[in-house]
Amino acid sequence: MLAKFSYRRPASIQEATAAASRTEARILAGGTDLLGCLRDGVFQASRLVSINGIKELKGIRPRAGGGLRIGALTTLTEIAGNQQILDSYPVLAQAAAAVGSPQLRNQGTLGGNLCQRPRCWYFRGDFHCLRKGGETCFAAAGQNQLHAILGGYECFMVHPSDTAPALVALDAKVSVAGRRGTRQMPLASFFVLPKASLVKENVLEPGDVVAEVLLEAPPSGTRGAYRKVRERGSFDFALAGAAIVLAMAEGKVRTARVVLSGVAPVPWRSAEAEQALVGKQLDAATAGVAAAAAVKAAVPLGENGYKVPLVRGILEETLIALAV
Amino acid sequence: MKAMEVRLNVNGEAKQWTIAPGDLLLDVLRREGYFGVKRGCEAGECGACTVLLDGKPINSCLMFAAQAEGADVLTIEGVAHGSTLHPLQEAFLDHGAVQCGFCTPAMILNAKALLDRKPHPSEEEVREALAGTYCRCTGFRKPVEAVLAAAGAKR
Ligand SMILES: Cc1cc2nc3c(=O)[nH]c(=O)nc-3n(C[C@H](O)[C@H](O)[C@H](O)COP(=O)(O)OP(=O)(O)OC[C@H]3O[C@@H](n4cnc5c(N)ncnc54)[C@H](O)[C@@H]3O)c2cc1C
Ligand code: FES
Ligand code: FES
Repeated sequence: MLAKFSYRRPASIQEATAAASRTEARILAGGTDLLGCLRDGVFQASRLVSINGIKELKGIRPRAGGGLRIGALTTLTEIAGNQQILDSYPVLAQAAAAVGSPQLRNQGTLGGNLCQRPRCWYFRGDFHCLRKGGETCFAAAGQNQLHAILGGYECFMVHPSDTAPALVALDAKVSVAGRRGTRQMPLASFFVLPKASLVKENVLEPGDVVAEVLLEAPPSGTRGAYRKVRERGSFDFALAGAAIVLAMAEGKVRTARVVLSGVAPVPWRSAEAEQALVGKQLDAATAGVAAAAAVKAAVPLGENGYKVPLVRGILEETLIALAV
Repeated sequence: MKAMEVRLNVNGEAKQWTIAPGDLLLDVLRREGYFGVKRGCEAGECGACTVLLDGKPINSCLMFAAQAEGADVLTIEGVAHGSTLHPLQEAFLDHGAVQCGFCTPAMILNAKALLDRKPHPSEEEVREALAGTYCRCTGFRKPVEAVLAAAGAKR
């Protein structure tokens, strides 16, 4: 048994936002990340608000003008196996299939995947680090093999989500219900860098509930892929990865979105790689140039220099695979 | 913190239990005598605590018992029919896929969920279905063979 808290099961989003507005109230979806956080003392909870009974948050539905809405409670197994997602948004199906183990994908939800807390071992361990309101990032000069090479600032955690980079590559929007109504934003601006906040990974305020993710219909000629490299063969978080979505026209790249995972505190959109791709024939030479551009600004820490060639190689290989 | 009630089905029997909001499904099942649900890492890493929730494998160490409200739970205790073993259990015995046995309930439940959904899986699909369960003894080859053999026997 974990520490003492009360347990609420609201039936509507409105009730959930009201119940979750209290300090130390925590939203419970699948629980695969929340239980670990509570057990490891990453944060406390005085009240759990289970959103699992809220019907509006479930399922995958077509949108009026094309595209899909994916409810926050949709499990990763459902996303990985949904025929429409497999056909139209393979980058997302591949990313969902790359999360954890089969058990974790059956239980873990999309909303929880986007809102999960970082896996930095100091943050998860008995260290009162910056992200827990302390004074020091222990990783900066400590054991930082798994930490950021891009976008770090005082804190060097990497964002752990696999679906977030895929959804940012698809230019997805997220709809957030809060006490003052519902707002929509591009998923890319949902996540915040340590420069903007050292204690939050996203813009959510107390009481906010991620309701759904919105996808546009893919333009014709769109192709995409998610590639993730893990330390263990069976399942693990990304050492590095890349989500790529390209729209092709007449053999050339018309638009490109390249988003890296496992290397930065947010899903890291590489404008440099995208610029190197647009207007070009997609071949090995272009892939090499784009991959090199993506890591040009990388600043490795003491022990994670390997991530620079790793993510560069992932990008180059995935782009070449997308060329055929 | 108030005690609460949870109503669920375990191995086909309706149950109503009094739980605390923070009780894990793993702890409640073991408290009620389902010792085939194993306590391993308690962190989602080893899969030994696997049960089927509405037919799908989940880690009961990462789920509150309260989340199982209204669900059908299957533990290894509910897999055999009386004294007749499930074909997967027979196959695990025939193939020497059980050594210390700690992972076996989880292996069989994960395999059962796969075969229920996909009676004739490829070896790759079997490996993927067992990927969330850690076995320190067998090296996975024999469990994979056993699952493929059980799938063949059903053909
Ligand atoms: C061993 C292990 C391996 C893992 N491997 C991976 C991996 O490879 N890749 C990966 O991406 N993840 C991985 N995870 C993390 C986790 O399992 C997944 O991210 C999962 O999708 C989380 O979803 P959940 O529904 O279980 O979230 P929960 O645990 O219920 O919630 C996670 C957090 O998000 C908040 N939250 C949940 N839903 C909402 C919502 N709708 N609105 C607002 N806040 C919300 C909760 O309050 C909580 O803080 C792993 C976890 C474990 C334990
Ligand atoms: S005890 Fe649940 S996964 Fe190890
Ligand atoms: S048989 Fe011993 S852990 Fe699998």
